[in-house]
Amino acid sequence: MRRIFTTGSAALVLAFIYLPLLTIIWYSFSAESVNSFPIKAYSLEWYKVMANDESLLRAVGNSLRVAFFSTVIALFIGVPATFALHKFDFIGKKLLERIVLMPITLPGIVTGVAMLSFFPKIGVELSLVAVGIGHITFLLAIVVTQLLSRFKRLDPNLEQAAYDLGATPLTTFFTVIIPNIRTAIIGAALLCLVLSMDEIPVTFFLIARDNTLPIEIYGMMRRGITPEVNAISTLIFLATIVILILSLRFSRKTND
Amino acid sequence: MTTAYSNRAKAFLLLPMVVWLIAFLLLPYVFIFAQSLMKSDAFGNVVVEFTAESYIKIFTSKLYYATLLKTLMMSCLVAVSCVIISLPLCYFIAFKVQSESRKTMLYTLIVLPFWVSYIVRAYSWKIILGQFGILNGFLLTTGLITEPLEIILYSDFATIICLVYILTPFVAIPMYTALEQIPKSLVEAAKDLGAGSLTTFFRIIIPLGLPGIISGATFALVLTMGDFLAPILLGGPNTLFISNIVQNLFGTSNDKPLGSAVGIVILALIVLVLEVSTYFEKKYSSFKSS
Repeated sequence: MRRIFTTGSAALVLAFIYLPLLTIIWYSFSAESVNSFPIKAYSLEWYKVMANDESLLRAVGNSLRVAFFSTVIALFIGVPATFALHKFDFIGKKLLERIVLMPITLPGIVTGVAMLSFFPKIGVELSLVAVGIGHITFLLAIVVTQLLSRFKRLDPNLEQAAYDLGATPLTTFFTVIIPNIRTAIIGAALLCLVLSMDEIPVTFFLIARDNTLPIEIYGMMRRGITPEVNAISTLIFLATIVILILSLRFSRKTND
Repeated sequence: MTTAYSNRAKAFLLLPMVVWLIAFLLLPYVFIFAQSLMKSDAFGNVVVEFTAESYIKIFTSKLYYATLLKTLMMSCLVAVSCVIISLPLCYFIAFKVQSESRKTMLYTLIVLPFWVSYIVRAYSWKIILGQFGILNGFLLTTGLITEPLEIILYSDFATIICLVYILTPFVAIPMYTALEQIPKSLVEAAKDLGAGSLTTFFRIIIPLGLPGIISGATFALVLTMGDFLAPILLGGPNTLFISNIVQNLFGTSNDKPLGSAVGIVILALIVLVLEVSTYFEKKYSSFKSS
């Protein structure tokens, strides 16, 4: 009896987590123009509408570009710095570790309005470039947290062997250390891509005319519900699952 | 022993990130702090003149302090709801599932929604709670109501459900980690000494899992305090969170100094919440995490 109660309540919670997502997928195949219950006819109509929605497709392109460039730059800046955080002691290290986490511990809206106020003062006008700079700033926090634990598990003998064979520290970093943590880097990169594609609070304030995908969907929802959102949401959901499975694969390999 | 890195090599590795964080993170924060101490003229231009006017306004004008209080209360409600919802599932996976592979699978099921787009998850509740949505449709077919309820969507209630839904994984992840760390032998010892399931749950599992529960609840609390989207997307005309005020002050109302001041007050509150929570997490942690 008690067993049924425990299992039942756990199942209910899982249902609470997944039914809303399944609802979107189910409704994306509705043929109707409002999200009404019960659905009377099914079709792929809304997928067609979506595939022909130019501003939506542009937003997808914008999001992919911002996510790609932000991730690459965040890795270029973040990976060497994470290694330094792991390796050296220096004045202000604790402070730096706290500062780098600020964009994920403090609310996005405050970071957003702070950047909105400050960026134009240093010549960064509101645009996708500003959005990218905003994204890189919080992706650095992801890169550092994801990779710091990986560096700690790296065998120090590898590095020592490279020095003994005459490699300079920088050569060692690029030819020994980086290749050895590559799966962790790929895992972190995938997470960065997903987070950048989803980001709203900072993007909301830094955007000019070119929308990113979540902002475009936000706009569609504000203008009134169109079932087109069901179709695009379903695709986003599926893409997230694929990326998540990939990133789990990579992080599992890292643990070996 | 390791080869010493030259200072130049160290700078090469570290400096780009330090410079980036100063230019694009610290300076913007310093800037809005300075801006919060200025005032704006009738056209919304920021006047460089130091004054505490904005802060005085926040704590004397009802719109601001009442909204702040309401947001705090809503945040607590969301945090507590997330804890209540996560607890049975985390308990189930940590103590009732025996096979490791099933544990991993169920844990992945908790983590997965964490990565699914915020906007998609918020949107799902529009379908469910909408005027012609599933909930209304269901209630109509069962005959519990005769006309669709309009008040479900666009209300405080809808906003809270949506936030609880979105933030549950944030609470469940640290909670599960904490429950999983509790030695099973302790639970068995309690049972051997004659404690019933409920006694074991409330006197062994909850106290030992408390650090994880506190840390999860803090996530939910802090993220609700900073949320401005759920109230816009699902809230009614009166659903106004403190972050919506910031958004309006930087948008249509165009009073950046006041907006900055409200932002700084939110920051201060959040830092306070985080400090208090860290204090309690440490106080109640019985096992040093390795």
